[in-house]
Formats: sequence, C-alpha cells, structure tokens
Amino acid sequence: MMRISRVKTILILLATFIGCMLALPSLMNESTRRSVFGALPSWVPQKAVSLGLDLQGGAHVLLEIDKPDLIRSMTTQLRDDVRRVLREQRVALQGGIVMQPRGVQFRIAQADDRARAMPKLRELSLPVGQQLFGPTGNQSIDITETPDGQITMAYSELGLNERIRRVGQQTIEVIERRINIDGTKEPSIQRQGLDRILVQVPGLTDPQQLKERLGRTAKLQFRFVAEAGAADTEQMRNRDSGQMISVERSVITEGEDLIDAQASFDQRTGQPIVSFRFNIRGAQRFGDATTRGVGRQLAIVLDNEVISAPVVQTPITGGSGQISGSFTVEQVNSLSLLLRAGALPAKLSIIEERTVGAGLGADSIQAGLMASYLATALVAVFMIVTYGFFGVVAIIAVTFNVLLLLGLLSVIGATLTLPGIAGIVLTVGMAVDANVLIYERVREEARMGRSAISSLDAGFERALSTIVDANLTTLIAAIVLFFLGSGPVRGFAVTLSLGIFTTVFTAFTLSRLMIATWYRWRRPSKVEI
Amino acid sequence: MAFRLRFIKDDTKFPFMGFRSVSFPLSALLSVLTVLAFFAIGVNFGIDFKGGTLVELQAKGTTANISEVRERSNALGFGSIEVAEFGSPRELLLRVELQTAPTAAEQERAQQNVVSKLRETFGNDYEFRRVEVVGPRVSGELVQNGTIGVIVGIIGVLIYLWFRFEWQFAVGAVIATLHDIVLTIGFFVVMQLTFDMTSIAVILTILGYSLNDTVVVYDRIREMLRKYKKLALTDVIDIAINSTLSRTVITATTTFLAMLAMAIFGGEVLRSFSLAMLFGVVIGTYSSIFIAAPILIYLGLKTGGGVKGDKDEEAKPVPGKALAPGARA
Repeated sequence: MMRISRVKTILILLATFIGCMLALPSLMNESTRRSVFGALPSWVPQKAVSLGLDLQGGAHVLLEIDKPDLIRSMTTQLRDDVRRVLREQRVALQGGIVMQPRGVQFRIAQADDRARAMPKLRELSLPVGQQLFGPTGNQSIDITETPDGQITMAYSELGLNERIRRVGQQTIEVIERRINIDGTKEPSIQRQGLDRILVQVPGLTDPQQLKERLGRTAKLQFRFVAEAGAADTEQMRNRDSGQMISVERSVITEGEDLIDAQASFDQRTGQPIVSFRFNIRGAQRFGDATTRGVGRQLAIVLDNEVISAPVVQTPITGGSGQISGSFTVEQVNSLSLLLRAGALPAKLSIIEERTVGAGLGADSIQAGLMASYLATALVAVFMIVTYGFFGVVAIIAVTFNVLLLLGLLSVIGATLTLPGIAGIVLTVGMAVDANVLIYERVREEARMGRSAISSLDAGFERALSTIVDANLTTLIAAIVLFFLGSGPVRGFAVTLSLGIFTTVFTAFTLSRLMIATWYRWRRPSKVEI
Repeated sequence: MAFRLRFIKDDTKFPFMGFRSVSFPLSALLSVLTVLAFFAIGVNFGIDFKGGTLVELQAKGTTANISEVRERSNALGFGSIEVAEFGSPRELLLRVELQTAPTAAEQERAQQNVVSKLRETFGNDYEFRRVEVVGPRVSGELVQNGTIGVIVGIIGVLIYLWFRFEWQFAVGAVIATLHDIVLTIGFFVVMQLTFDMTSIAVILTILGYSLNDTVVVYDRIREMLRKYKKLALTDVIDIAINSTLSRTVITATTTFLAMLAMAIFGGEVLRSFSLAMLFGVVIGTYSSIFIAAPILIYLGLKTGGGVKGDKDEEAKPVPGKALAPGARA
C-alpha cells in the first residue's frame, strides 16, 4: 500500500491540480476574477460556483394556476359555444343552460332538433392525449344524452389536464415576455409539476413590482355597451365610477389582436394614455364594428372592469386607437407593457415567496466564511495536538478536500446556498474522520509490534471498508435530502454528498501519497502516531 | 515525536456494557419526556410547515424600535404578529400567522396583502432583509415531503446495513437512529428552536452522522466476533468499543468544533441548525456506544463464527497479513 506507482502518483497530483484550478475562480471576487482571467487563455477554467438566492440576494416566487378560476372560465366558454351552436342550428332550448362544476346541462325536447344539433355539439370536444401512438380515443369533453333530451357536457379529467398543461406553457411564454422586457436581470422561469411556475430573479430585492406584473391577467377586450332591452348582456363594474354597466357579451376584438402598445399623452388634454395598433384581423373587425356602431358607446374592458366607454364619433378604420381613463403615468407605462406582453391565459396565485436582500446575502457569505475559517483553524489545532505530523497531513488533505469540493460544485453547475456552506463546514469536521480511522488503525497495528511499513499498510487497508461503510450511510441520508428538499436545503444535500466523495478520495490518495513520501524519506522502523 | 495529547489511553478497558442498565432506562425516560413535551409544549414550527409570513427587518438607524414595530404591526389587523429581536438590536424578526379565507386562492392573496402592507408601513424606516411567504398548500406539501424523507432515509439505511451486516445490526442501528431523532426533536421542543425545512436537514444529517459512528463501532464488533470466537458477547462488544473509543472521541470533537464555529459565526439564520447539530453530535456519539452496541445483546446476536463477510476475508490474505503472520492471534 505504501508503494504508489509513478503513474498513480501523477494521476493523483493531476486530479488534485485540476480540482484546485476549478476551485480557484470561486475564491476570488468578481473584479479580481475579471482582471486575472482576462489575461489568460480561454481554456483556463474561470467559472465560479454560482451562489443561491439566499447568498446573492434575489426573489423567488412560486406561482400556481388558479384552477377553480380556470375551470370557471372554461365552463363559461363552453356555455357560450353551446349557445352559439344552438343559435346557428336554430334549435330551441327547453329551459336555460345550467352551469355545472365542470360543464353545462340543457334540454332539447324535440328529437329532430337533437339530431341536428348533436353532431355540431360533438365538434366542440377535441381529441386529447395524441402522443407517440396516435389518437387515444379520449375526448376533452364527455357528452351524455338521456332519452328525454337532457344533454350534459362536462370536461373530462384528461381534457382538463391537457388544458392546464397548455395554459402553463402559454403562461410561461407570457411571463418571459413580461419580465424580459427590462432586459437587465437574468430571471429563471421554470415549470414545476403540472400547474406551477417558479420565477427566480437574482438581485431583485423588492419584488412588489414583479408580483404586480405577474398577478395581472391583463385581458383587454372591446365590446359595445348594451342598448336598452338587448339580450346576451352582462354587468360589469366601471373602474372610475364604481357603477355597474350593462355590456354586450359578444367581443369585438381582444388584446391578442394588438401588435403594439405604447404609453403616450393625449394631445388635447395632456393626460397619460395608452396608444395601440391592431393587426390586420383586429383592424378589420374594429373597423367594421365602429362603422356599424357610430354613435354607440364602446366599452374598453380590462380584466372584467370597464376602464372607459367612449362614444364612437367616426369609424376607426386605420387600425390604431387609444385607451384613455384616469391613469397616472406609471399606470399607463405598466398597462402598455402588459398589453405588449399579452394576457395571461389564466389567473395566477402566488403560493410561495422568498426574498433575500443583498445586505443579508453579503452578511451570510461573510458569516459562512468566518465560520469556515474558524472551523478549519480549530480542527487543525486539535488534529496537530493529537497527531503531530500526521495531523498536518490530515489538515492538508482536508484543505484540498474543500478545494476539490468547490471545484466540483462549479463544474457541475451546482448552486452554493447558506445551508450549503454549513455542509462544507460539516465536511471539514467530518472529513478528518477518514484520517482518524486510518491513524487509529495504524497505531493499533504498531502497538502489536509491527514494523512501520506493515502497520501503515494494514492501517490503510483495514480502515478502507469501515470508511466506505460509514460514508455510504451518510450518503444515503444526503441523497434522500436532495430528492425531497428544495432550494437551500437541496444545496446542503449537494455539498454534503460531494463532500463524501472528495473525503474518500483525499483520504486514500492524497493522504496516502503524503505519508508514503514521508516514509520513503524518513524510513522509520516504527510509526509513532 | 514531539509532545502529543492522548485523549484516550491506549489500553483503556472501560466496561461500557455494564452501563446498559443505566443508559437504557435513561434513554427511555428522555424519549418519553420528549413525547410528553411534544404534546405539552409543542414544536415551534416555522412558516415552512405552518404557513404564514416571516419578515426580517434591519433598522436604517442604529437600533430598531421593537415596541413601536410591535404596536404598528399589530394595528394592521392581520392577527397577532410576533416581533422579536434577531441577532442584534438593529434587526427584528416578524412572524405573521397564516391568513384565513374561504378559498385557497383568496388565502394566498390575503398573504400577499400582508407583505405589501408591511412594506408600506415599515419601508421608510427599515430595510427588508428577508421576506418569506408560504401558502397553505406549499406548507402542507413540505410537511409531507419532510416526513417521507426521514422515513425513506431510515428505510434506505436499514436495507443497506442489512446487506452489509446481520439483521441484528440493521435493527440496532435503526433503533439507535430513531432514538437520536426523537431526542433531537425533544431538543427543538425544549429549546423552542424554530422547526423548519433546515431542521429536516439537521435531522437527516444527524441520522447520517450517528449511523457513521454506529457503523464504525459495528464494523469493529463484527471483526472482534470473528477474532474472539470463545468470548461472551458483552466482552466482545466492550473490546470493540474500547478499541474504537479514541477514534470516536476524536471525530466527535472535530465535528463538534466545526459546528461550534458555525454556531458562533454562522449567523442568525443558521443558529437553530448549528445548535441542533451540536446536540446531534453528542447524542449520536452517545447512542452508538450506549444504545446501538448493547442492543445487539438483546437482539440475540450469536457469537462464534458464521458472521457475514467472514469467508472472503479469511480466504484471501491481505498483504499486511502476509508480512506479519500470526500478528492477529
């Protein structure tokens, strides 16, 4: 064991050297790093370990699609679709359309009416689950029909999930546009499970504005204010007066037909307004409607609130217009931004938020560094007092152990968190255990009267299985922690697991190499540990 | 060589097994007390598990006015708000309980309202160092994940030890580990430390550390069982513990020292973590000697051969053995 071939020696030193090179960038601060690595060729590793939000400061916001609200709007949509189909087919209903938790129910008494309407109603349902093996035969809407003409249409579980999945995808796209509009920060937006989205923005310490941006649906619609006695209307609140206004259900055009929205000022009154431009489809519809409806009141509806209801003076066919209301400059800025980014397909709730200020992050790094230094110093003094020269070997091994750990963390792109630093400190304390196990074993062997070389050999040999056993159990705990934990706790699990690997590596390569070199140099007949 | 401290004398022969009549009732008593305290005092759950809002404030001036903050925050009408100094007179920690509302979505919105109101109220005089809002759904899942994690961890270790050792060792290690987990929870209850996600990390780490220690002792017991086939089990265990005692003490000390550094300088956020780890190192060391080892006697471990791993090691002499035959007699 004490004889290590030249190839092995070179490999051990090389691995350690590479590990240290990888760790080096993490030990420098930003500006030193830039000045040092600016001069070096690009193959020199220069990636520092990335810091978690709890160390660099930033906001972590977990959003969830408001499922009840989504289902409500889906069933409302279904009711409107059913109503449209029946109107087109000139089918009369017996009674109205009853809303149910996941769908609608209505009765068509006449059998020939039913025969005419059913195929069209069935078209409302889409096949779902088209995957690798083609259509599965599942439908997004379950339709049941009783002999007396009662028809129930309800979204199936699959149809619902399919919709939530699509809504989640669209939501991520909208959120990306809403956040990236500033272009400065580097947000990370990740899907979590079916209906959750995690937004992390490093460096953002007051996420109030972010949350407002994420929380608004920003669904813009243009509809006519209902004339007296009109059917198909609904009541909506006027944002300024707070009064309810009766508005037509049918929508002229929507926010998705906008191609641009800008904050500007009304040239006559000087008030802040949002001016916008429609795409061709929107311009066409808007032009047609305003041509038909000169003299009527047009309601501009944002998130089910009437912002303003101007009277159409002349047909607006140019494809552009403006939204006025009693806005502040800030409000028109944020509204135009939201309109440019598009509406969220569903409401979102913030179910978890964690924000760390830059000050606390910096303090935490400082505290973590202090603790690491003190821990290393205390352990070093203790080990040297206990084992003398061998204690020094152990401390050198532990130092390289921590460097290798940092190097590994930056290579695999892991995030260092505050509990992660605690994991490193714990590694410092527990890593010497491998050396202690070896030394104690060597000592026992020496006490039995063995020669130096034989007790060293036996010590390393016999300690190996114990060290592997002992560390594997800790590794199991750390792996479990990795899979169940999130954020900072996960960072702890990562450093703890990697620390176990580097510990076993340094104990059996570096420590052995150092002791073997020492042995060849001193040639002691007895080992005194 | 130069002066060196010897913490454990080389020929220590401490009759550890004699103490099992003390250690077992003591541990049983402490465990029962923990369960009682658990129900009588209760765990000081953090917002990770309870839901709610946590805000750390730092005064823009030199000191925080704790009574004023308490008064103004409680006047906001979000239920009782806990205000406490956090580490220094300049920092305060506010804990707002989970807001109630008929639906989950409304509840989440109410929670967000708490944060904006607090920012409005204190934003001028205080810096918001940390804001954590955990909704009812997330906290429920965290409780579930934490519990599952600890259970899966224990089962994983049980299976591993079962493969490597006899079943008695696996069961003994798990009992000792459960003992450590129970007492650690007791420590959290008695000290009223906040129990949150990092506390689960602490428990799993203590589980790892304690097992590490236990496995080292077990490894030696197994070796000694092979070596001394005629001796009584209690004597074999005593020999094994005594021969690993030096290592046990030294490793416990270095780990303790490292965590002590963390407790002193690691900052207020990780205070619970470091304190619990300190406790865990002590309790983990105690349990591997006084619980995990003697319990093997009660689990009916047999002496005199037939121990796993016996054959392959005896069949192939290691180089060390070949050099010094008979040294193991």
